[in-house]
Amino acid sequence: MTNAISVVGLRKAYGDHTVLDGIDIQVPAGTIFSLLGPNGAGKTTTVNILTTLIRADAGDVAIMGQREPDAIRAAIGVTGQFSAVDNLLTAEENLILMADLHHLGRRAGRRVAADLLERFDLVAAARKTAATFSGGMRRRLDLAMTLVGGPRLIFLDEPTTGLDPRSRRGMWEIIRDLVRQGTTVFLTTQYLEEADQLADRIAVLNGGRLVAEGTADELKRMIPGGHVRLRFADARGLESAAYALGAAQRDDLALHVPSDGSLRSVKALLDRLDDESIEVEQLSIHTPDLDDVFLALTDKEPAR
Amino acid sequence: MSHALADSATMLRRNLRHLLRYPSVTIMLAGFPILFLLLFVYVFGGTLGAGLGGSGGRADYIEYVVPGILLMSIASAAQGTAISVATDMTEGIIARFRTMNIARVSVLTGHVVGSMVQTMVGIVLVLGVGLLIGFRPSANAVEWLGVLGFIALVTLAIVWLAVALGLVSKTVEGASNLPMPLMFLPFLSSGFVPTDSMPAGLRAFAEHQPFTPIIETIRGLLTHAPVTKGWLAVGWCAVIALGGYLWSRKLFNRDR
Repeated sequence: MTNAISVVGLRKAYGDHTVLDGIDIQVPAGTIFSLLGPNGAGKTTTVNILTTLIRADAGDVAIMGQREPDAIRAAIGVTGQFSAVDNLLTAEENLILMADLHHLGRRAGRRVAADLLERFDLVAAARKTAATFSGGMRRRLDLAMTLVGGPRLIFLDEPTTGLDPRSRRGMWEIIRDLVRQGTTVFLTTQYLEEADQLADRIAVLNGGRLVAEGTADELKRMIPGGHVRLRFADARGLESAAYALGAAQRDDLALHVPSDGSLRSVKALLDRLDDESIEVEQLSIHTPDLDDVFLALTDKEPAR
Repeated sequence: MSHALADSATMLRRNLRHLLRYPSVTIMLAGFPILFLLLFVYVFGGTLGAGLGGSGGRADYIEYVVPGILLMSIASAAQGTAISVATDMTEGIIARFRTMNIARVSVLTGHVVGSMVQTMVGIVLVLGVGLLIGFRPSANAVEWLGVLGFIALVTLAIVWLAVALGLVSKTVEGASNLPMPLMFLPFLSSGFVPTDSMPAGLRAFAEHQPFTPIIETIRGLLTHAPVTKGWLAVGWCAVIALGGYLWSRKLFNRDR
């Protein structure tokens, strides 16, 4: 088995509103796959179908080689978009609840719970009810509960939405750690930086279709947008630079000069300005980021 | 199937923990029928007792009204069950359970058995207060066992119905309103006054609704009197329990 997830021709509609219009996804085992898309693109619907919460109208879904809902459920772990912890139970009780549902037995269950509390920095909160937890702690407990049965494939639906930057980075470390140990991760996110940081492959979902798929670098190469931004002290500097450099986009007292951002091309550009004795006040290099890709690919309003 | 029992036990532990963490809910559910017991015995009991045709007044009435109050405890617990099921369904953890390879019905059986435990605690409290204020049932040990067993059966039926009501409600507020008729039905039965004192149309309803044979079975067992509608009462319970179970299962398994 090479693919942890294999999806062909997935379709789902509610009434005459098509949510997913023929999606194909292949995720090799041991990698992180990220599904990007604007709100309403169908990300959560995709996760809900792959995790057996709802049925597809058409298409073939094989998860860890399985097609039966119960067999799929036994193979996966899911951390949904909304906190899936029992707020009335303590962190430890939540983990033991999961251990019991995986039939780990009393002793093994307690050991797994203790390990996860340690690993997710929840020891101090072990005996507090989850209702009192901060957003970051709740997310960590949520993910810890997902890992109790030792799933080889986990689904994370917007795992860091609403977290502060430090908690987000902590969550990224945990996810990287999981993949180092061989877990496959299917991640949806609306944070492009998150996909850039974590994902081996990224697919962009828009209006129920996958409009692009590839590595972060491949996606960035799909669209133009790399440039060097030169800012000048006054209009005279701007005019002479514009004359010397030819075609360039203006922006107030600055010029956007197309560039691949390599040292060689930047040096050539600076030499050129130097030859003309043009003073540059400030220089910055812009490479296209996933934001550019995202905005370019999901330009149109989705059908919804 | 092999895991259904183990998973149900796990879910029951979860629900019992909820109850223990918030005992105020159990106390409140038992407090409501106790208030009604005191109200009916001390405020209305003298007059209503005189109308029963015996000689004892208030003392006769307490023997008469306790089964109706017990039914009211069960109906009041049903409201608690519907609310807790509806609240639970709004929690993300239910979605987690749905993505796990567990016996799905265990989520519901955990609620049912938990609510039964909660209800039986309420029943014991109501009986305790009844005994304190002069309720003197003449039942023997076997009849007492019969009373408790039969009340457990009634509770099972009403609680399964309440689970379905909790699932079918779109909001927690809705779940608290839907079981209201159950709270009202004991009044339209032989629970508080004999049905033959009612006007014809109401009397026909009261005599044929399920709570009347249920209340009379409890009353017969408690007062060491012959039980004439026992099988009818058990039949009603079986129908309500099975209907509630099948409806709940269907509601829980639908796509979200």
